Amino acid sequence: MSLKVKNVNYVYSEGTAYEMTALKDVNLEIPDGQFVGLIGHTGSGKSTLVQHLNGLIRATSGKIYYNGKDIYGESFSMKELRSKVGLVFQYPEHQLFETDVLTDVCFGPKNLGFTKEEAEKKAKEALRMVGMGEEYDASSPFELSGGQKRRVAIAGVLAMEPEVLILDEPTAGLDPRGRDEILDQISLLQKERGITVVLVSHSMEDVARYVERIIVMNHGEVRFDGAPREVFRHYRELEEIGLAAPQTTYLMQELKERGADVDTEATTVEEAADAIAAWLRKTC
Amino acid sequence: MIKAEKVTFDYERLDEEGNVESTKRAVDGVSLEVRSGEFIAILGHNGSGKSTLAKHINAILTPTEGTLWVDGMDTKDPDRLWDIRQDAGMVFQNPDNQIIGTVVEEDVGFGPENLGVPTEEIWKRVEESLSAVGMLKYRRHSPNKLSGGQKQRVAIAGVMAMRPRCIVLDEPTAMLDPHGRKSVIDTARKLNRGEHMTIILITHYMEEVIQADRIFVMDDGRVVMEGTPKEIFSQVERLKELRLDVPQATLVAYELQKRGIPLPDGILQKEELVEELCRLKSKM
Repeated sequence: MSLKVKNVNYVYSEGTAYEMTALKDVNLEIPDGQFVGLIGHTGSGKSTLVQHLNGLIRATSGKIYYNGKDIYGESFSMKELRSKVGLVFQYPEHQLFETDVLTDVCFGPKNLGFTKEEAEKKAKEALRMVGMGEEYDASSPFELSGGQKRRVAIAGVLAMEPEVLILDEPTAGLDPRGRDEILDQISLLQKERGITVVLVSHSMEDVARYVERIIVMNHGEVRFDGAPREVFRHYRELEEIGLAAPQTTYLMQELKERGADVDTEATTVEEAADAIAAWLRKTC
Repeated sequence: MIKAEKVTFDYERLDEEGNVESTKRAVDGVSLEVRSGEFIAILGHNGSGKSTLAKHINAILTPTEGTLWVDGMDTKDPDRLWDIRQDAGMVFQNPDNQIIGTVVEEDVGFGPENLGVPTEEIWKRVEESLSAVGMLKYRRHSPNKLSGGQKQRVAIAGVMAMRPRCIVLDEPTAMLDPHGRKSVIDTARKLNRGEHMTIILITHYMEEVIQADRIFVMDDGRVVMEGTPKEIFSQVERLKELRLDVPQATLVAYELQKRGIPLPDGILQKEELVEELCRLKSKM
């Protein structure tokens, strides 16, 4: 059971003067329940890639398998794929349109053919999952704060009970606490419900803190793929392609240059503090 | 340069007949002063009132109560509106909403052209502004082929071409990748240092405000903290209460203090932290 991308190429406006290759021979396998971070500078192909994963864009060539089934196969139901692979776009709160929170979240399951009662049950569950209490069910989405609106929008996708949740920069524009709350909730869903999560992010600190695997895109190709420590080891190459490592990586590197015998692969604040404390306490 | 005295702003909510149904106080009695040439940062969680306050600086909004002066001009004075907007320019979060020209240099020339500046002078200003933000070689490009960071720099050049004395940047980096973020912040610093432009930066990225002269922290429409970055960021717990964060180096130092390492408060940059740590180690 997994998502498998095999030799996928995608060319925008093929055959015209604006022809542009957005994905070049991408090969990936994302097993069930993994928390994956997808990073890359603007225009690196990461949004194009995630839109392939739920069938919104069809590859120019190559195959995508969902749970072993070819999604371009004749008998394959794209509609089912889209309910199983949920995609939360950037600034999803711009897509809220109903008069109250509960009705808005019901929209997805209703479209999947569930009755009103079933849809409401799923919607309520999804809203609680993202930490929105009952008191907000009847509120207008426009009365909520930015972080709350975004959570409602995420609940709208969760109500369809996806097996894979893809989030395109879910924390852009949120204050630090709002950011932590959303990422903590997503992390909890991944752990407790075993949902596969793909997090597209520009924040290296967030990626370092939450994900177990990082995929780095550059010019439509997969440049690095591995655990955060392994990927951030290449911080110089990451800078060359418009990215960076978390601040802590630079801190550890600088300490090392000054002759400190520290573990330079610490990528989160806690890991860095532990590594530095260990070094300070070490007797020479 | 800018002076606010007990500025209060209420958003009004209208019923279907257009009567005021309820009001929401977004800014509540803010008094502050920004001197010419200062680099000011405003922090605060979503909904704390910082954007509402910023919109007062170029008279998009005027106070419900209290007064705000830009260069001695009362923003409530309709006769001075255009002088105020020329004096205090504004750059917003989404670069795609701010660029209107089909060619970069035309977009930058739009402002001065509207002010009735003679053609020759417009071209001079366009050149100067684009070179100040490092975008001169893109002058004949189409804005929609630029990256997010490049677009924001064009938006800044567009504001600069109107020769303001002050630029307000409202979360200019929220939608950008790390490279784009750095280019925009570097540009703002350069304008402040080189051209003595007064800068007011609103952001959720704590690393971006380390080099500000002063920071205002807002909560519930009020200014609740004010001081140098060192003074502000030495209060880690208080900032967390306000849904904010501290720079990563500060956070690592704070974690180390919790582990019993005797570090001073108010470390902001990794260089300082490295110095302190090496000093500690040499004493052991």
